[in-house]
Amino acid sequence: MKFPKGKLIAIMGLSGCGKTTLLRHIGGALKPTRGYVKMDGQVMHELDADGLYAMRRKMGMLFQFGALFTDMSVYDNVAFQMREHTDLPEDLIHSLVMMKLHAVGLRGAQNMMPSELSGGMARRVALARAVALDPMLMMYDEPFAGLDPISMTVIGDLIRRLNDALGATSIIVTHDIQESLKIVDYVYFMANGVIVAEGTPDELRASDKDFVHQFVHGEMDGPVPFHYPGVDYRQALNLRA
Amino acid sequence: MAVVSTIRAIGNRVVSAVWRIGVASRFFFLTLIYSGNSFRRFHLIIKELFSTGVMSLIIIIVAGLFVGMVLGLQGYETLKRYGSESALGVMVALGLVRELGPVMAALLFASRAGSAMTAEIGLMKATEQISAMEMMAVNPIARIVAPRFWAGVISMPLLAALFSAVGIFGGYLVGVVQIGVDEGSFWSQMQAAVDFREDIMNGVIKSLVFGIVVTVIALFEGFDAPPTAEGVSGATTRTVVTSSLAILMLDFVMTAIMFRGA
Repeated sequence: MKFPKGKLIAIMGLSGCGKTTLLRHIGGALKPTRGYVKMDGQVMHELDADGLYAMRRKMGMLFQFGALFTDMSVYDNVAFQMREHTDLPEDLIHSLVMMKLHAVGLRGAQNMMPSELSGGMARRVALARAVALDPMLMMYDEPFAGLDPISMTVIGDLIRRLNDALGATSIIVTHDIQESLKIVDYVYFMANGVIVAEGTPDELRASDKDFVHQFVHGEMDGPVPFHYPGVDYRQALNLRA
Repeated sequence: MAVVSTIRAIGNRVVSAVWRIGVASRFFFLTLIYSGNSFRRFHLIIKELFSTGVMSLIIIIVAGLFVGMVLGLQGYETLKRYGSESALGVMVALGLVRELGPVMAALLFASRAGSAMTAEIGLMKATEQISAMEMMAVNPIARIVAPRFWAGVISMPLLAALFSAVGIFGGYLVGVVQIGVDEGSFWSQMQAAVDFREDIMNGVIKSLVFGIVVTVIALFEGFDAPPTAEGVSGATTRTVVTSSLAILMLDFVMTAIMFRGA
């Protein structure tokens, strides 16, 4: 897999196919038993703790349900990385936080606590927090999960616009084929830990591969069977042959 | 075969327990190593001092008052038999400063603050807040664990001292105000009999050790909790049970060392 600079790339596949595991490898949270992840010229699993943390400062990640710090306000969540990694004065941090919150449309929610936010708002605050230090690589783990259609469109649009504004590379791990095909430049399909198809959204829509066709059109049966493998149905019902 | 499987199960449990103690020890040393940041940004410790120390004040004061009052009542009944009612102050003070203050305060601290710490960190783990922090290149042991550890270590002796002070006041209320023991002998005998180094400092050392042990257990259980509702609830229970047993066991060991032949 390659993720060129400035591109927005989706990794899709069924639950349990290894998408989130792949993100964890890219973030250096897991070490591969084979192969490697290379980012900005560095092999992730060969980095020591300091090197890994230095590399992570160039990354941002949006977790599935936001993972906002529940004991901090929206403002403090977005300011968190700035306070941890920079010596910026508080008034400058204030300006930066306001800019980030403005970008996600939540300037007015700065004093709210995470428990007061809706799912979509929490995801937007988490997005503002993830881009707080203008990362070169953004990773999104199921950014559309559990959102209403309006919030989905808002998040999708923000992901695209932030990627273009930052000139960053973005990787989206998602099941949501329709929403993600609207915004991404390229897609990798995974199944059982390997790439089974790849291409631009248009190529995938036109694909005649069985797996891609089933996935893109949401068909019930196909290469991914409806029935989980088990004993013969008649045998399960204790019927004679 | 049943014997073999039993021995195997026991062996497995022992190996797991030793392994867990090793992991907890490593966690403790990492907490000490990454504590520098907490002292440079002392406001992080102050914030935690509020939730662990200040929020435990009510339970410590109320429990201390009642324990002192019970000591006053029981002590008077016993001392009266020997005509030594005037030594009630000594009995209440030594009982609290040496034993009940540090032990009871630590048990209450484990139940209130320790369980809260475990649940909070366990839930932070379950909701991916700790993973998010790691992905932001912020060490969670330095940012989450170390400030809570030092807040626990600082608050525990202060809470134990408060427990003893309020307990002595409770003993005074029952012994002097209610029963009518002579006030002068209550205080003067206490002042003469309680030694600063032998009694008060040893009590402070005990509460400091309890503070370290309870806080490390609470933080480790939270950090090590499986990220599920069941996992967090199990970790919270383990914190209270393990801390309580550790407090009582260590109290015996320290008492045997400190007051042997005293």
